[in-house]
Amino acid sequence: MMDYETLRFVWWVLIGVLLIGFAVTDGFDMGVATLLKIVGHGDEERRVMINSMAPHWDGNQVWLVTAGGALFAAWPPVYAAAFNGFYFALMLTLFALFLRPLAFDYRSKLENSTWRSRWDWGLTIGSAVPALIFGVAFGNLLQGVPFQFDDYLRLEYQGGLLGLLNPFALLAGLLSLLMFVTHGAAWLQLKTEGELRSRSAAIGSLTALVCAALFVLGGVWLLLGIDGYQVTSVIDTQGYNDTTGKVVAVSAGGWMTNYSRFPLLWLLPVLGVLGFVLCALTMKLGRHALAFTSSAVAMAMVVVTTGVTMFPFVMPSSLNPNHSLTMWDATASELTLKIMFVVVCIFVPLILLYTAWSYWVMRGRLNEQFIRDNDKALY
Amino acid sequence: MDIVELSRLQFAFTAMVHFLFVPLTLGLSILLAIMESVYVMTGKTIYRQMTKFWGKLFGINFALGVTTGIAMEFQFGTNWSYYSHYVGDIFGAPLAIEALMAFFLESTLVGLFFFGWDRLSKEKHLAVTWLMALATNMSALWILVANGWMQHPVGSELNLATMRMELVSFAEVLLNPVAQVKFVHTVSAGYVTGAVFVLAISSWYLLKGREVAFARRSFAIASAFGLASALSVIVLGDESGYELGDVQKVKLAAIEAEWQTHPAPAAFTLFGLPNESKQHTDFAIRIPGVMGLIATRSLDTEVMGIRELKEEHRERIVNGQEAYALMQRLRSGEERDGDQARFEAVRSDLGYGLLLSAYSDDVANATTAEINQAVEASIPKVWPLFWSFRAMVAAGFSMLLLFALAFWHSVRRQPEKSPWLLRFALFSLPLPWIASEAGWFVAEYGRQPWAIGEILPVHLAISSLTSEQVLTTLIAIGILYTTFVIIEMWLMQHFARKGPSGSGYLDEETDADYPLPTPTREA
Repeated sequence: MMDYETLRFVWWVLIGVLLIGFAVTDGFDMGVATLLKIVGHGDEERRVMINSMAPHWDGNQVWLVTAGGALFAAWPPVYAAAFNGFYFALMLTLFALFLRPLAFDYRSKLENSTWRSRWDWGLTIGSAVPALIFGVAFGNLLQGVPFQFDDYLRLEYQGGLLGLLNPFALLAGLLSLLMFVTHGAAWLQLKTEGELRSRSAAIGSLTALVCAALFVLGGVWLLLGIDGYQVTSVIDTQGYNDTTGKVVAVSAGGWMTNYSRFPLLWLLPVLGVLGFVLCALTMKLGRHALAFTSSAVAMAMVVVTTGVTMFPFVMPSSLNPNHSLTMWDATASELTLKIMFVVVCIFVPLILLYTAWSYWVMRGRLNEQFIRDNDKALY
Repeated sequence: MDIVELSRLQFAFTAMVHFLFVPLTLGLSILLAIMESVYVMTGKTIYRQMTKFWGKLFGINFALGVTTGIAMEFQFGTNWSYYSHYVGDIFGAPLAIEALMAFFLESTLVGLFFFGWDRLSKEKHLAVTWLMALATNMSALWILVANGWMQHPVGSELNLATMRMELVSFAEVLLNPVAQVKFVHTVSAGYVTGAVFVLAISSWYLLKGREVAFARRSFAIASAFGLASALSVIVLGDESGYELGDVQKVKLAAIEAEWQTHPAPAAFTLFGLPNESKQHTDFAIRIPGVMGLIATRSLDTEVMGIRELKEEHRERIVNGQEAYALMQRLRSGEERDGDQARFEAVRSDLGYGLLLSAYSDDVANATTAEINQAVEASIPKVWPLFWSFRAMVAAGFSMLLLFALAFWHSVRRQPEKSPWLLRFALFSLPLPWIASEAGWFVAEYGRQPWAIGEILPVHLAISSLTSEQVLTTLIAIGILYTTFVIIEMWLMQHFARKGPSGSGYLDEETDADYPLPTPTREA
């Protein structure tokens, strides 16, 4: 079918696809939940917001679960090193994620306003914290992570939670949070009416522009202030994972190597910036479908740009650069990659199909009257 | 406590709390589909109301199942990173397939199940409910394929170059007999849980004389479904897998406190007090022949005793020392002639060599005392397994009795005339959870000292963390989960008490529209 090298490349693409799927779907519900207390005035407006995503948030979240599972299956060394290395960051994400299913399902089960307000906070924290931390994690990946392996490939990690919260990573975290917020605002354009809609348009068009600015700023920072990694030895892309056997150089501007070799790649970040700007513009103009699409494209471009910048690295090591994990030497075996590829080819199209169907079934706008009419049956 | 103990405790806690919600989701999803099928076939709205009311309770349970499920997937990486590295090539695949094949479908359709009533035709909504139930069950299949592989790792081989286990045959992993028996056993146990849940709450309504039309029908469906499931959970008991692989043999010996091998067929110890220090069961009451029959499905196969298993382990540990030394030489490039061939001969015992690394820094030259320690540790403590297994079996048989009686009374159409039966049903509510938790305890505690049977000991599987770090997260998870469970149980009882009429699902006229079925005198 395919050789090991091709499979490895395909899996690098597929992990990217899953991350984009997560950003485009779960991104909007995390964004809406973050905005819950900001644009939602009063219980009924908040219920409109929550019910706009009620039938979808659970399916959306499975993109995250699948990305985690796919990482485990396709890149076990990355799954092991990243999850162990970012221990407290991931635990915080997990604790925040705990709150989401409960907040969605339990919030409107009781009339009590304190109860509802607590769960509203739960929903906001449960969505904003992971959105922020995912960005922080990528910000750290771009700077290298302090780990290495012993002779038996047992991870040694040096560093703690506070080390992760450096300025560049926080910028990346803010970008990921705000792009989800923008996307959430765009979703509210599609699903709500009246003041709620105009309020979210005002916020969304602002955050979209901030995203564009942060993305550019991050790029400049990366170019000028952050060392990049390059493999200087030859990696046997068909061979077994010789994770610790390569030679890696760290240099200023090193992350620009791929762009100087293939200048066309510059289109990716440019499209990302344009996407955010277009999103801000179309939101102002009331072109909602276009606003949602352009924010989705912009987020996809942020993910792709990050991946392409680091290629072939996925988790560079600042402690021992030669032990960095790349998409050539941190993969599963050829057989596992092959089987998982077949599984993905069968099921991802099916998933897209029934997901699209569920959105179609639940199409249309919600308003406060609808909430009042269906008080008991809704979130 | 050291980091290994703390990591184990964290996993045990998160897994056991997760499994408070899983079986009810498994069982209730099928029951919802059955109720809705009756609605679509008969057109009687009371069955739609049943689907909606039990669906509401399903939702309260489902939310916490999702919450605690996320932790399960993440914690292999966070807390068991060497495990993830060492076996991720095999273990990761079923988890990823579970998400792609089942969890996506389940999570997407659960939204349509709750919010699609007015937007889908009857038939389409029914299809959604059935597919949701099916997806839930498929989820269980893949998770148990993963767990079955931990118990009985087939279809894989150590790759010395990458220093990890790699997949050799996916079919063997999928068709692993241990995984298959686990799947049917666990899923049936879930059905029993769903049935007891519906039966117990319906019985409470009948005892109070409330929601009678609603409760009778729920009672009838739950008792029939429960009887079939309870029979299958017992007939398809896990034991059929206990002859496979060393881990399962050890588990069986410990469950039965079989201190030494007895002539076939072995006796079943109904009661006794396992005495670890004397390697003997005090006050044992035995039924001759029964255990051999259950465990080996034959009259002439011996059930291996703990003493004999330990002797076997000692040999394998000694072989494992050699395998360990050879592995070191092969990996460091100091290979001598014949090392590769010799390694092939002893590689299946490498795991036992790794077991020794808990007691000795120099595995290849460990002392006899250190080897003795490893041998002793190769068998889990007997009494917790002995008792939790009996708790599971006792709970299982009481539920079988409950369903048999409930079904009989339901067929005769007068369950509410037997308040003792209704009380029996109500007080049986905790039983399926006791059985499930006890069963998982047997499966997982019985796997000790292994993370992956005969391959990777638990003490090597952990992450590179400090015990303070793990303790911190353990405490945080403990507080969060406890809070969540309290809230969940409060909501459950709140809505169960309110009942279908109090929750706006049942119109006043329903009872008049659908009069109680009257018992047929001829029968």
